[in-house]
Amino acid sequence: MTAILSTHDLALTFPTKKGPVEAVRGIDLTVEQGEILGFLGPNGAGKSTTLRMLTTLLPPTRGTATVAGHDLATEPRAVRRKIGYVAQSGGLDPQERVRSELVLQGRFYRLSRAEAEARAEELAVDLDLTELLDRTCAELSGGQRRRLDIAMALTHRPALLFLDEPTTGLDPGSRADLWQLVRRIRDEGTTVFLTTHYLDEADALADRLVVVDHGEIVAEGTPRALKERYGGSPEATLQDTFIAITGHGPRREESAPLAV
Amino acid sequence: MRTTPTMTAVFADSLLVFERYARQTLRSRINLIFGLIQPMLFLGFFGPLLRDVPLGREGDSWQILVPGLLVQLALFSSAFAGFGILIEKQHGIMERMRVTPVSRTALLLGRTLRDVALLVVQSLILVLAGVAFGLRAPVLGVLIGFVLVAVLAASLASLSYAFAMRVNSPQEFAPVINSINLPAMLLSGILLPMALAPTWLDVISHFIPFRYLVDGVRAAFVGDYGDSALATGALAALLLSAASLTLGIRLFRRAGA
Repeated sequence: MTAILSTHDLALTFPTKKGPVEAVRGIDLTVEQGEILGFLGPNGAGKSTTLRMLTTLLPPTRGTATVAGHDLATEPRAVRRKIGYVAQSGGLDPQERVRSELVLQGRFYRLSRAEAEARAEELAVDLDLTELLDRTCAELSGGQRRRLDIAMALTHRPALLFLDEPTTGLDPGSRADLWQLVRRIRDEGTTVFLTTHYLDEADALADRLVVVDHGEIVAEGTPRALKERYGGSPEATLQDTFIAITGHGPRREESAPLAV
Repeated sequence: MRTTPTMTAVFADSLLVFERYARQTLRSRINLIFGLIQPMLFLGFFGPLLRDVPLGREGDSWQILVPGLLVQLALFSSAFAGFGILIEKQHGIMERMRVTPVSRTALLLGRTLRDVALLVVQSLILVLAGVAFGLRAPVLGVLIGFVLVAVLAASLASLSYAFAMRVNSPQEFAPVINSINLPAMLLSGILLPMALAPTWLDVISHFIPFRYLVDGVRAAFVGDYGDSALATGALAALLLSAASLTLGIRLFRRAGA
């Protein structure tokens, strides 16, 4: 297998009034081509920050990374041409129409107007958005909005797709649909790097898991291997495994039921 | 290899961005009226008071007030331009765009261009309203005035956008802008020429770049194209825009958002 992403000692420290905070403390990470990598950890573990560094949004304070064949620090523009990214908040303007968001995205990837319009239609068919093309983003349901976010990120057929907590806030039906969509995207040849704090999501979707806590990688392997090693048996629940790894549940400082 | 976008790409991207935001502005229309309210109030309820007051310089009172109001319009509408980005940041729109290959400079320039276009339209409305009240000024002078305030608006809008990229909420953004704008407005002689000021105030006002713009536009409005005030105003606009655009683009490109 070949790696589509690898990092070495990737770290981010940012200054605060109380002194520097190490959000990410030197991560060594490899993502293999064609896999769904689940980046799992409690809220505040540094998942989104890592993702934002890998997508050229935040400059790391230390370390190096190669993303889709290009050096993150010296070739950010080349990286951007090959990756897709859906932030936790999405990235849609509520007042814009679905079609105009898709077309502008295509234009940003250097498609001509005609090409961008054709690509918008194509994506709409592919992601079941055709009926919605002339609605404004504000009129979409949570699940529809997520599909549009993903459609936008797939505009240029990226080699690597980053999804940050893609199912947060979705109802169970939309979640199941989204999981299926993510599997399909992987089957069609795009590597998927997804963060989540939902254990069932990690279990159901990811080929391999990387568990982070306090800005560091604390375990990695297939869900089965992690259960075997930390949970005691391959039949252990991922929740028990997670608690064995991190010493707490996936939602830090919460005694509420775990997100399972 | 570090690839930077060519000038053509920056230009093409700026037009794309301009198109999007111009469309949004046209759709809401509130934007058009919003910035105009304050200068219109001054024009209608303050302007008539100046009719027979000696203002210490050449020109009819309208030829002195309207240029000031144009600068005020540019000052306020463009200094608050960054507000839009604060809202877009909350929706994740900035991040989404910054992960595409679109030129980050164009994300700034396209928006700024929209602000300039909006300002020119607003300025035209303000001047026409001024004419209704009794303003008489040469067309060429008015056009020169528009160019000067357009350059000012571009400068301030780009700084405002860059600043908005670095703060997280409107609560952080608005007080800073207000605390700069109001003194800047008073010290640049927008409502009354600084020729009326005591020496100490006059001296302070020479450190405010907008003062030179106001005086420049006033010279243009009385048709004094050879006046050194116009040349100084144009120079001030040029220096201000060169400095703010350079700084604005640099901050905007670098901001982690």
